Amino acid sequence: MSSLLSIKNLGVNFDTPRGSLEAVRGVDIEIPAGTSVGVVGESGSGKTVMCRAAMGLLQGSNVQRTGTVVFDGNELTAMTKEQVRDLFGSGMAMIFQDPMTALNPVRRIGSQISEGLRVRLGMSKKDALVRSKELLELVRIPNPTAVLKSFPYQLSGGMRQRVMIAIAIACNPKLLFADEPTTALDVTVQAQILQLLRELREDLKMSMVLVTHDLGVVAGNTDYVAVMYAGEVVEYAPTTKLFADMRMPYTEALLESIPKIDHKSGTRLSVIAGRLPNPTDRGVGCGFAPRCKYAQEKCHTQHPELQKDPDGHLYRCWFPIGEAL
Amino acid sequence: MAGSGTAHMRNSVDSVLTVRDLTVEFKISKDKVVKAVSGLSFDVVKGETLAVVGESGCGKTTLARAILQLPPPNSGEVIFNGTDLTSLPKENLRSARTSMQMIFQDPISSLDPRMTVQQLIDEPLEIWGRGTREERNERINTLLNNVGLEPELVLNRRSYEFSGGQCQRISIARALALDPRMLICDEPVSALDVSIQAQILNLLQDMKDQFGLTMVFISHDLAVVKAVSDRVMVMYLGKICEIATPEALYSKPAHHYTKALLDSVPIADPTRQKITELLQGEPPSPMNPPSGCRFRTRCHAATARCAEHEPQLQEVSPGQFVACHHPIV
Ligand SMILES: Nc1ncnc2c1ncn2[C@@H]1O[C@H](COP(=O)(O)OP(=O)(O)OP(=O)(O)O)[C@@H](O)[C@H]1O
Ligand SMILES: Nc1ncnc2c1ncn2[C@@H]1O[C@H](COP(=O)(O)OP(=O)(O)O)[C@@H](O)[C@H]1O
Ligand code: SF4
Ligand code: SF4
Ligand SMILES: [Mg+2]
Ligand SMILES: [Mg+2]
Repeated sequence: MSSLLSIKNLGVNFDTPRGSLEAVRGVDIEIPAGTSVGVVGESGSGKTVMCRAAMGLLQGSNVQRTGTVVFDGNELTAMTKEQVRDLFGSGMAMIFQDPMTALNPVRRIGSQISEGLRVRLGMSKKDALVRSKELLELVRIPNPTAVLKSFPYQLSGGMRQRVMIAIAIACNPKLLFADEPTTALDVTVQAQILQLLRELREDLKMSMVLVTHDLGVVAGNTDYVAVMYAGEVVEYAPTTKLFADMRMPYTEALLESIPKIDHKSGTRLSVIAGRLPNPTDRGVGCGFAPRCKYAQEKCHTQHPELQKDPDGHLYRCWFPIGEAL
Repeated sequence: MAGSGTAHMRNSVDSVLTVRDLTVEFKISKDKVVKAVSGLSFDVVKGETLAVVGESGCGKTTLARAILQLPPPNSGEVIFNGTDLTSLPKENLRSARTSMQMIFQDPISSLDPRMTVQQLIDEPLEIWGRGTREERNERINTLLNNVGLEPELVLNRRSYEFSGGQCQRISIARALALDPRMLICDEPVSALDVSIQAQILNLLQDMKDQFGLTMVFISHDLAVVKAVSDRVMVMYLGKICEIATPEALYSKPAHHYTKALLDSVPIADPTRQKITELLQGEPPSPMNPPSGCRFRTRCHAATARCAEHEPQLQEVSPGQFVACHHPIV
């Protein structure tokens, strides 16, 4: 299978007053064309930074980026800001958790959707508005004519996220980065937005990277999953494989700790004690060792290397689940 | 009666909190009124955890605040430990509130950043004159140990130096300082990471067992609710749809809205994805709620009767009450 996005040994360091902060390190993943890849992990594990780096963003003076990212034949890591920007729209697009911060509060929805169409596709004002209305229909917004004329604050959170999706798909991108797109929404609206994204991916042949902290959202909406911990992708596998046959103790602990709707009520939850290691001082050894119930001596002194099963299942653990000690 | 019925009221001698026909409305302009909570009745018995679930804007926070009289409701009764808080003079209300404490969603901003942990927990103890300085210090240490914090490590630090989970532990210690009978938790784990959520939920459960607390637990997360509740109340646009034990409610929901909510919860198992009819649209404005059953504009089972008559709560199986003209059987 050909890769749409190929990430090799990606690392991101931020210079901070307290020293160098290693937000992402040693990420190696291939995203095949036409797939949906989930990225899960605790807050601060590096999901957003990894995605921004994979999009060729993050070029500030306090950022050190290492490794390579190749998107659709373009090596983003060797491109200038301007060249990367030209890839946006028809190459890549993104949506976020809080559409309110991405939308301009004082401009009407119609002009905000039209803007990209006029700048990127050179459409006239009139054509862009007609197309904007079609896009609102595509994201199933009832009464699109009225919505074109409204301001963001007049819309509900779910409607605003639909507008963001309309803007993102306006130029038919090959890859959509969705960073916690439904975290701020109610479950019934979340289900609608996830269904919309599934349908759009199918219709537009679009790949997706879906960042979420919700393993339920991952299970129903992705083909592959990357589990992040302390800046690393610690496990990467097809979604069905990951749930059926996980190798990483961290993935197992994460799955066990979430309350589930089909558990008996009143059952005590299992807990991952402690928290993520300090990102300015990752230490030697496995970052999960102080919290891991399988940890051995070696885990505290040697950083686990990336392992690969014959079927391509990746993980970073000295003592993976399912292997005799 | 304007409410949604009272068949589910147990009128028990063990009732710690009884809410009757509670209504809260916010006047937002000359002719606009938000009907946030409309004629709600329920009771919570000693040692019980009542969970309140529903989508954002359905009135959960308004209900919690009205129970604490912050602000007092427009009408209705809030009987706590046998006293109607709505008719209590200010001074008595302050002391009644000491035995009813609230935990908020945003643990970091609910703690004063200028105060040390020591001061935060001492404040209620000092105001209510609970013991000498030494006795209070001892109490603070015990409380911090109870919530899993090491007193020496945290006493002199301030809220911004802690993570969300640690701040929620501090909030819980502070809420427990005056030995309350009841805790009202408004989305206590919604702002926390999955791995921290479980720690806080277990802690709340431990505190409840240890101190015999009665709880109202507000959440939009049905899986969290199932883990902690003895009774679940589902709300929609300021009204009760269904109230039942978690066993009944999750295995055979009788209200169409309860079923839709349950069907929307993502399942963390790729082999068990269900294909269901999704609920369309979003809740209508609470300024102008639909006549009859407030859910009817999104309900696929709605009939003419649903627009004309408001459904009253009725028992459909032992302990399971539903306000619907055509309940799921
Ligand atoms: N511009 C920046 N400067 C310095 N540190 C940063 C910057 N952006 C992110 N970080 C740090 O990098 C680490 C990873 O952050 P990131 O936002 O990727 O986490 P995340 O997994 O997306 O978390 P969340 O679930 O909270 O969104 C964190 O320690 C964060 O504080
Ligand atoms: N102070 C207020 N003024 C006007 N409307 C309010 C106020 N507080 C809440 N509301 C409205 O009342 C309804 C219920 O709100 P709330 O109790 O916060 O819902 P929930 O906690 O279930 O998300 C919403 O429509 C909300 O916008
Ligand atoms: S390397 Fe060791 S500590 Fe790390 S996850 Fe594997 S078993 Fe646990
Ligand atoms: S009363 Fe009617 S509209 Fe309301 S839930 Fe029942 S069937 Fe649906
Ligand atoms: Mg993030
Ligand atoms: Mg609320």
